[in-house]
Amino acid sequence: MQKFLFDLNRDRAVQQEFRADRPAVLNRYDLSAEERGALETGDIGLIYVLGVNGQLLMHYAALLGMPWADYIAAMRAGVSRHGPVRAGVYAMTTGVDEKVANV
Amino acid sequence: MSLVFAGICSHAPGITGRTHLADPLITKEFHDAYRGMGEELAAVKPDALIVVAAEHFGNFFMNNMPSFAVGMADSYQGPIEDPQWLGIPRTTIPGDAPLSLRLIREMMQTVDLAYAEEWKFDHGIMVPLSFLTPRYDLPVIPMNINCQGPPLAPLHRAWALGEALRRAVDSVPERIAVVGTGGISHWPATPDSGKVNEEWDREFLRRWQANNKPAMLSYTDEATYRDAGQGGFEIRTFISVAAAARGRGQVQFYRPIPIFAVGCTVATMSIEA
Repeated sequence: MQKFLFDLNRDRAVQQEFRADRPAVLNRYDLSAEERGALETGDIGLIYVLGVNGQLLMHYAALLGMPWADYIAAMRAGVSRHGPVRAGVYAMTTGVDEKVANV
Repeated sequence: MSLVFAGICSHAPGITGRTHLADPLITKEFHDAYRGMGEELAAVKPDALIVVAAEHFGNFFMNNMPSFAVGMADSYQGPIEDPQWLGIPRTTIPGDAPLSLRLIREMMQTVDLAYAEEWKFDHGIMVPLSFLTPRYDLPVIPMNINCQGPPLAPLHRAWALGEALRRAVDSVPERIAVVGTGGISHWPATPDSGKVNEEWDREFLRRWQANNKPAMLSYTDEATYRDAGQGGFEIRTFISVAAAARGRGQVQFYRPIPIFAVGCTVATMSIEA
């Protein structure tokens, strides 16, 4: 999942292909059904909980055109729905109702 | 001696991308301090600027992650992010491959480096350049310390990298400026974004200003993660600059600006023999 986001975030050709045909691009990566579903639907909250490095995810959210407040809210909603972050060093340390920077 | 300038600064994407959500007066004070550092840098007429950065998967990934990398190209492109999101237009930044090669060869005497003839700049370098060299007319040599994908090089190796950098810079006739960019404490790209441990930051800056090597190297990654977030791993870039400059630091600006997700920092260090 992180490898896909790495390729997508830095390569405009992959971005164009992804916009045109998401499944075709995702077929090239070794993804579980849950991971694939989250990427196909742009489910930022679930991708966050699955443990994607926040820097990869932030760039992806920007690529999807998500405003900052929506992106933060989507991650909080993901934790509410799916539980704590499962891997990596980008765990949430604040409460689900906190608004740290007023967003 | 050809190191002519040393400084450190923040690079969070909000600094340029989310100004519309921030207090305009505080933003102006910070941006003015940042541009002031650029004027100081220009005043010493460097031939090249080395940016000691902590990139975020613009180029390096866990399939083949170097602890330390140095750019060796005649030009670089950036930002990789959506220019509108970052608030910085896409541009080409001049490099200096022959100078990179000379510096890399000397650094390799004591530190193992990766080199990269292709390098796309992300916000970690573009945000600093947008203030320091806004016309993108000074050759830049990017250096990277992996601060994103653990395991990370220990802090004493970041110090050794800075020492190697200084020795290399002293070995070339060009006038070189060095700027380290990173966070101090911060929890970027998480729902905690905006959280800053100001006390921890101020203590780190005290150690950095005093160039207190044992105190700077005494942090463990476990304690840093707990007290300063994963963004705190980027103190490596500031430590390298202290090792290279050998001087005393002066903080021009420090203030947590939550919507920028970091304790915004602009500081310079004197250069000692």
